[in-house]
Amino acid sequence: MMDILNIFLTDSFWAASLRIASPLIFGVLGALLCERAGVLNLGIEGIFVVGAMTGWMAVWMGAGLWTGVLVAALSGALFGLFHAILTVPLGLSQHVSGLGITLFATSLASFTYRTALPQVSSPPRIEPFRALDIPVLSELPFLGPVLFQQTALTWLALLMVGVVWWVMDRTALGVAIKAVGDSPDAVNAQGLSVMKLRIGAVVAGSALMALGGAFLTMSAFDAFFFGMVNGRGWICIALVIFASWRPGKALLGALLFGMFDALQVRLQTEAGALVPGQVFLMMPYILSIIALVVVARKAEYPRALLVPWRKGQR
Amino acid sequence: MIEVVPRENVSRRWQALVPVIAAVVALLLAAIPLVAAGAPVVPAYAQMFKGVFGSVFTFTEMLTRATPLIFTGLAAAVAFRAKLWNIGGEGQLYLGALAAVWVGTGLVDGSPWLMIPLVLLAGAVAGGLGMLVPATLKTRFGADEVVTSLLLNFIILIFVQMMLEGPFKDPMGLGWPQSEPIIDNAMLPQLMDRMRLHGGFIIALVLALVAWVVMSRTVWGLKIRAVGENRAAARHAGLGVNRVYIGVALASGALAGLAGVSEVAGLKGYLTSDLSPGFGYTGIIVAMLARLNPAGVVLAALYVASVFVGADSMSRAMGVSSFLADLTVSMSLICVLLASFFASYRLRFKRAAAA
Repeated sequence: MMDILNIFLTDSFWAASLRIASPLIFGVLGALLCERAGVLNLGIEGIFVVGAMTGWMAVWMGAGLWTGVLVAALSGALFGLFHAILTVPLGLSQHVSGLGITLFATSLASFTYRTALPQVSSPPRIEPFRALDIPVLSELPFLGPVLFQQTALTWLALLMVGVVWWVMDRTALGVAIKAVGDSPDAVNAQGLSVMKLRIGAVVAGSALMALGGAFLTMSAFDAFFFGMVNGRGWICIALVIFASWRPGKALLGALLFGMFDALQVRLQTEAGALVPGQVFLMMPYILSIIALVVVARKAEYPRALLVPWRKGQR
Repeated sequence: MIEVVPRENVSRRWQALVPVIAAVVALLLAAIPLVAAGAPVVPAYAQMFKGVFGSVFTFTEMLTRATPLIFTGLAAAVAFRAKLWNIGGEGQLYLGALAAVWVGTGLVDGSPWLMIPLVLLAGAVAGGLGMLVPATLKTRFGADEVVTSLLLNFIILIFVQMMLEGPFKDPMGLGWPQSEPIIDNAMLPQLMDRMRLHGGFIIALVLALVAWVVMSRTVWGLKIRAVGENRAAARHAGLGVNRVYIGVALASGALAGLAGVSEVAGLKGYLTSDLSPGFGYTGIIVAMLARLNPAGVVLAALYVASVFVGADSMSRAMGVSSFLADLTVSMSLICVLLASFFASYRLRFKRAAAA
């Protein structure tokens, strides 16, 4: 028992929590933007894969790391645009379109990877983002390793929480995005374009999701391999409900999740002899379901989520 | 300015052609990745065709591949009709397979007349219970079944791995995490000499027929469709909406579970954690291609299986990545979405009016 309490006292535990949370922060913020505008984006899992693959591949082909990040965001935006066209002007089922995008994006990324690298036994590596090691600050006890020895992408994730919060809560654009997810008719009556707002939000949200994927291949690991996203996108869809579509709570949710995942890995080494390791591997998914069930009754979904809107029709 | 205008008087024939057009377009679009991979396009298509229709063996291989897809396609079609989004077919398939292995590797023994129904029943029950969880979380707590059924796929797969490394592990398996082989009396019979096609295919066809009759000819099918089309109205009309959800969940999960039984007791003979290359997810595509019609599911499964078997053969012959099959099949889903849209609506382009 003391051993378990000791885990919480190590800075490596808190550093790992933030590291594990980083891709989820991007993903939850992305899902938040889409859903606030009234569009469920189940393409998230595939967009993670695409971001992971394209960002890594750009760097592998010789581009700089930040160019890779940009490539990942743009390819995510492209798939987001595809989902947006299918669901917003065409008004097709958001569930089916999103799953279609996930399957399409995943298979396209896998096909591209395999075609570019037909026969590789071990996935080629890139030089990923390094820990920032900010002078003085990273020497601080506790805070140094936890905050100031993370990579730039973790900082970008934290920065995006602020950006999304500022846009949603402090700008007219944010008010319009939230309104378009709640009552598109009112937005239309104001002379704003429901279509443009929704498409824009889905494209921007999908770019964020792709950054979550890019984090995996360019910061957490240094290579792309099949199945590496492993449900992280779906977990974000659960977390955004848990976060009641608020950026601050999204950060909290992702951090809590990161903590449980980091704890799970450490418990596995502590109690590995007593319980099969798989029990711990299941925990993140089980926790996501529990989190969802706990908040489900109180969850105030954006009122026009899943509802297609056509001018002049109700 | 683009305007979406509903088409009037769309003939049923056109509507029925929608999936066919989508499938053909997706197959043609596959030429793009083929060119990108540097493969000669026409010989590649010829090889795909030969890979399915080249011999009796290749054709039965296609039917064998279609078998689990009919089950998972039906599972998705039945659930989606009620707008119960069961995305957990993959997990339910594994639960079904695990139950079949549990019952079929020596827990009980008897004649095939006892054993085969028993493994089928065990798999169906396990799969049904697998979907009962998300359905109950939905009806009791209002938790979105899309997310819960998806996340359960991961949990169940890890659980199966745990079982295969623990109590279900074959001590004769040379250290590989695999189950003991299913006893002969519990194996589904082969349908043809020296072919892998097995009784699961016949069961799948029968269930497609049953599902079609239930959905289109019974009160229960009517209720399912009513809930799917307008839940509020169905509730207002006094339909026990939650009971419909639970019933649909059990049926849908059972169908997906049977896919697992059919694979493990018809084809593989023992369970490994790579039993399914995503049959549960592909079943969703099959259901959408079939426009949720159980009879159409059979045809859609044959098409999807042809793409997979044909592309596998082409891939071996020409060195193009076999992900081409996944790519083509996922493009079929998007094509059928678009085709169904354009069958019911058209776009009218207008000059942007002032203001």
